[in-house]
Amino acid sequence: MTEAVAMPGGVVASDAERRDLPAWRLLLARPTFVVGALILLFWIACALFGTAIAPHDPLAQQLLGTNRPPSGAHWFGTDQLGRDVLSRVIVGAQSILIVAPLATVVGTVLGTALGLALGYFGGAVDLVVSRIVEAVLALPAILIIFMFVVALGVSTITQILVIGFIFTPLIARTVRSAVQVERQLDYLPAARLVGDRSFRIMFVEILPNVLPTVVVEFTVRLGYAIFTVATLAFLGFGPQLSTPDWGTDISANYALLGAGYWWETLFPALAIASLIIAINLVADAIDRVVAG
Amino acid sequence: MAIYLLRRLGLAVITLFLLSVIIFFAGQVLPGNPARAILGPLSAESAVRALDHQLGVDRPLLTQYTSWITGLFHGNLGESYQYQSPVAPLLRAALVNSAKLGAFALVVIIPLGILGGVIAALYAGRPGDRIITLTGSSAAALPEFVTGIVVIVIFSVGLKLLPFPPQIQAGASFFGQLRALILPAIPLVFVLFGYIARMARAGTIEALESDYVRTATLKGLTRVAVIYRHVLRNSLLPTIAVIATQTGYLIGGLVVVERLFNYQGIGNLIFHAATAKDFPMLEAAVLTIGVVYMVATVGADVLTTVLNPRLRSEAAQ
Amino acid sequence: MTATEEAAIPGPAAEPQSAVQVQHLDVSYRVRGRDRLALRDVSFQVGRNESYGLVGESGSGKSTVALALTRYLPRNGRVSGGSIRIGGRDPLVMNAAELRDLRARSVSMVYQEPGKALNPSIRVGRQVAEVYEVAGIGRADAIERSEAMLRKVQISDAGQVMQRYPHQLSGGMAQRVVIAMALAAEPELLILDEPTTALDATVEAEVLELIAGLREQLDTSLLFISHNLAVIAKMCDRVGVLYAGELIEEGPAQELFDQPRHPYTMGLLRCIPRQGQRKDHGRLDAIPGFLPAPGDEITGCIFAPRCPIAEQRCREAAPPAFDTGPGRTSRCYLHEETAHLPRNTPVDVQLSSPPRDAQPVIKVRNLAKTFTSRGQAVPALVGVNLDVERGETLGIVGESGSGKTTLARLLLGLIAPDAGSTIELAGQQLSADLKRRTDDQLKALQIVFQNPDSALNRRHTVRQLISRPLATLAGLSGSALAERLTDLVRSVRMEPRHLPLRPRQLSGGLKQRVAIARSFGGGPRIVVCDEPTSALDVSVQAAILNLLADLQAKEQVTYLFISHDLGLVRYLSDRIAVLYLGRVLELGPAERVFSGPHHPYTEALLSAVPSLDGQRTERIRLTGEIPSPANPPSGCVFHTRCPRRLTTGICESTEPPLAEVEPGHLMSCHIPIDQLATLQGTERT
Repeated sequence: MTEAVAMPGGVVASDAERRDLPAWRLLLARPTFVVGALILLFWIACALFGTAIAPHDPLAQQLLGTNRPPSGAHWFGTDQLGRDVLSRVIVGAQSILIVAPLATVVGTVLGTALGLALGYFGGAVDLVVSRIVEAVLALPAILIIFMFVVALGVSTITQILVIGFIFTPLIARTVRSAVQVERQLDYLPAARLVGDRSFRIMFVEILPNVLPTVVVEFTVRLGYAIFTVATLAFLGFGPQLSTPDWGTDISANYALLGAGYWWETLFPALAIASLIIAINLVADAIDRVVAG
Repeated sequence: MAIYLLRRLGLAVITLFLLSVIIFFAGQVLPGNPARAILGPLSAESAVRALDHQLGVDRPLLTQYTSWITGLFHGNLGESYQYQSPVAPLLRAALVNSAKLGAFALVVIIPLGILGGVIAALYAGRPGDRIITLTGSSAAALPEFVTGIVVIVIFSVGLKLLPFPPQIQAGASFFGQLRALILPAIPLVFVLFGYIARMARAGTIEALESDYVRTATLKGLTRVAVIYRHVLRNSLLPTIAVIATQTGYLIGGLVVVERLFNYQGIGNLIFHAATAKDFPMLEAAVLTIGVVYMVATVGADVLTTVLNPRLRSEAAQ
Repeated sequence: MTATEEAAIPGPAAEPQSAVQVQHLDVSYRVRGRDRLALRDVSFQVGRNESYGLVGESGSGKSTVALALTRYLPRNGRVSGGSIRIGGRDPLVMNAAELRDLRARSVSMVYQEPGKALNPSIRVGRQVAEVYEVAGIGRADAIERSEAMLRKVQISDAGQVMQRYPHQLSGGMAQRVVIAMALAAEPELLILDEPTTALDATVEAEVLELIAGLREQLDTSLLFISHNLAVIAKMCDRVGVLYAGELIEEGPAQELFDQPRHPYTMGLLRCIPRQGQRKDHGRLDAIPGFLPAPGDEITGCIFAPRCPIAEQRCREAAPPAFDTGPGRTSRCYLHEETAHLPRNTPVDVQLSSPPRDAQPVIKVRNLAKTFTSRGQAVPALVGVNLDVERGETLGIVGESGSGKTTLARLLLGLIAPDAGSTIELAGQQLSADLKRRTDDQLKALQIVFQNPDSALNRRHTVRQLISRPLATLAGLSGSALAERLTDLVRSVRMEPRHLPLRPRQLSGGLKQRVAIARSFGGGPRIVVCDEPTSALDVSVQAAILNLLADLQAKEQVTYLFISHDLGLVRYLSDRIAVLYLGRVLELGPAERVFSGPHHPYTEALLSAVPSLDGQRTERIRLTGEIPSPANPPSGCVFHTRCPRRLTTGICESTEPPLAEVEPGHLMSCHIPIDQLATLQGTERT
């Protein structure tokens, strides 16, 4: 493209300017995003207003009406303690939608900071920390989390922190790669030549450019966080007692599958599936908008 | 080349060492007093101390660690708290079972994933691609027990095709064993398909858009020849590395799948060890998994280097 | 010929013998749901054994022509009108098998980046042999013939090279392999799309000669696509000039360049520095305005918005192709007026320079930098001594491996030199570590990078980008900063309304202006310009160079102008330093270095660069490739390729010192300057 030169006595001619659509407009144009976001909003609503929406009390046991298949009174049937499965599914959104997002936030914030530092400074520190990270990641995350939860006992805080800490190196690795790509560009030495210090360069120069990567990582990790929380619950490390929780309910009732009592486990399983797929669709849409 | 291999192995050893420290730390240090954990909060102090001594946990940490590590090298993996018998044979049996399940899953998933990814790449941007990609990533994101439940409900409860829980009869025929493995393998296949297909797709797209494919096409080669001779060779290279690292996810999935299907593999072993706070068993099992994963990763790295001419010549220097 | 003479039917009647015949070709791309024309009504013909050049800047559509001819348009592109014939056959209606046959036997292509054009996982020999195998030849035969072909493209140890992988080849060698592959099938037509743009000058000259030689041998027609007019003038019999998708002028190459008949061609020629043109005498002229955006609806002549002599009829109806001479056409109503086209910038300007100081503003002694790559020491710069006077422009030329970029980064403190190097700024030693330099030192030394896309943070606005040095280096804030900001923006000929924009919303030239404004923000004394126009189009280049010259006079700064383009260096520089393998081979006044007597390397470099001026000095052929900096030759580093190497053996054994051979003119050569003058046919004054 050629461009303007001030003509003698004249005005600078205009240049080609691109119109940039704001990100949310582009997102809303995608059907995958809309579907995913709607499902997500539905579950968030359940988490917030579940007790008001649920038709029955999720904790109310009916010893005479146990293991009833879906019917008009109980759309999703009842479990082995006679509790309404539908109500438990609705209210069950709460526990998972507290722990997972918080854990992801912890992981993303720490991971981004770590990734920025490692990518920018490199050198010996990078080498050592990368080895440690690799050691941590040598095990599938689920096992490490498992071990720590076993050791430390299960509580909401523990779960959030442990999952968050496991995510940190994963996210740091991606951010580090993105930072290393930026390091090839000349605007970094340009910033140094203007007198900027490392801290400012990392957060004001580099971070805005890797932010799209961070956002995509966050949404992807969120899906995995839900995956992990649900799996931990299934393995017996979910909220205790009779709190409605999808994973725990499945864990409690799956032995009955052999007897043909499928509704007690299928519906919570589908709830988990729908939530994860919703997040996945949203993450995919964001990824495509960011990359495009 | 030899130096490169040695260096790679050296790094792996260091990583394993770090891993053992982490596992040891999680197992021995965090839970506080294992004897107390086993005997319960109501037992007498003296009983606890006696058990502590018997278990050897009243020694200094470093001693405990070194004796554990040296024990490992001698094949002594400790004694299980639960079963009051050596860990090693139990672990070995479980490992074999899990290996069968894992291998079966991999044999299904590798061709399926690669095929899916390559096809998605060939139709990139078009509906076929979107379907494969979205299905793959959605399936990969679902926890194994979720897909497991759905699969059980459909095939076992609903269609009554396969038994649940699947029983492996001792001495069952090869096909009998396979039949029992199908249900538990499906969730694993779901989880792995998405990732492998995605890597294969990315690699193939990159190759298709490259200059050398343009050169090959403009030489007058048929599309098939271009794909077979020029594209696949370059696109599948990164996929190989990925497949090896997927063993990590595979093993993670084993814990859940084996629990769900009550399959006597290493995952189930870990679970029971964890709930029973059987730390020797737990540590040994987790470390074993770590070793398997490391072997797979190193193998993948070496394979990638050997197959990529540029890396190969660099390594040879 | 009068202006009202109507054109003949575009394109003479189809000779069945012509290699390529394109008639009224339209090509459109579908972008965001709309069809945008990339080529509009393009007609041209390439005869048998003829070499035809297609010239254009970015956005002209020249690459699209090549893609359309081989039917390799991307999925969203299609031929929406017109026809193509290659050797009488129509590629657009062929089925898959016929198309493959066409590509295998009739048409071959050579592209810009040779390294990427080869499959990194397959040995070179196999890839060349594949061409023969497609033609039905058996494998053993194919390998034999491949080796023969490689020798034909002057790869001496062909057998060895066959066993290598692409990443083990240098740029020049890789391009030879690609050419070998292209000519192996003995096609009727060879299409070359910027084949030498990525290569060094001396390597480029060899490759171009190779192509010319082979073409004669094999009786192939050539379609040569490039933005470099000099290369086209050298290689082609006939030329077509593309602008925004239209072929606006056509004719015999040298004639067209000597006497253009279209305002755009004339404008383009004025943007390129020729011999004798300097920043203050014989200024380069620029073309005002912008390329039309792709997909814009154009009524009238496509160049009218930017044409200084455009009339009403030019804007109303698109001009047809006028006959402007034997074999020449031009799409301009006013083609006769082209010779008198008014300029946009004055030919001569007064540029003031600051008074000379007693001591040089930059003094470099024994500057050296060695990198370690995979255990090997790679010396990028060796023992460089340099003095830069206040207010001058020191041009630094060199090919790849010369160390010129390393020199820039060392001066700026971006990398640390080897021990024993000293850099002095106005008498004070500069610390190697950027963090330890004083604020004043930081202010004094700035850089304009080559690629504004890389040098500007794409998430920041123009305002943020230019304000930063004002705040940190000039220490301004508030209204003082705002005032200086406005001044600076105007001095690079931009407007305040550009301030809230981000780099991706700006054109290449505008981005580079932002980068320049930023460099001048802190009030520097020395500005290093590292290939500041290499990433820009020819027509934009001139504007940026003149801007740099004007800013230099206004702000009284010293320039270090680094470039591989000798023409630009000659235009802008007062003195020139010639670098080769990290050493300074020659340093002296610009005109002296260019007209001679000069170093044999300089001599070869100059003769390698194709020029529009037509005066062909005997080309000095350099043998071999540029040696790797990791293994520099003994003695004089240039001796392995020097055509004037002394027979006494001193060139191999001893490195000649950089000595003053004339007042102000230093050279590193064992040959005395008088002898050089005689050998090179130049007079010593």
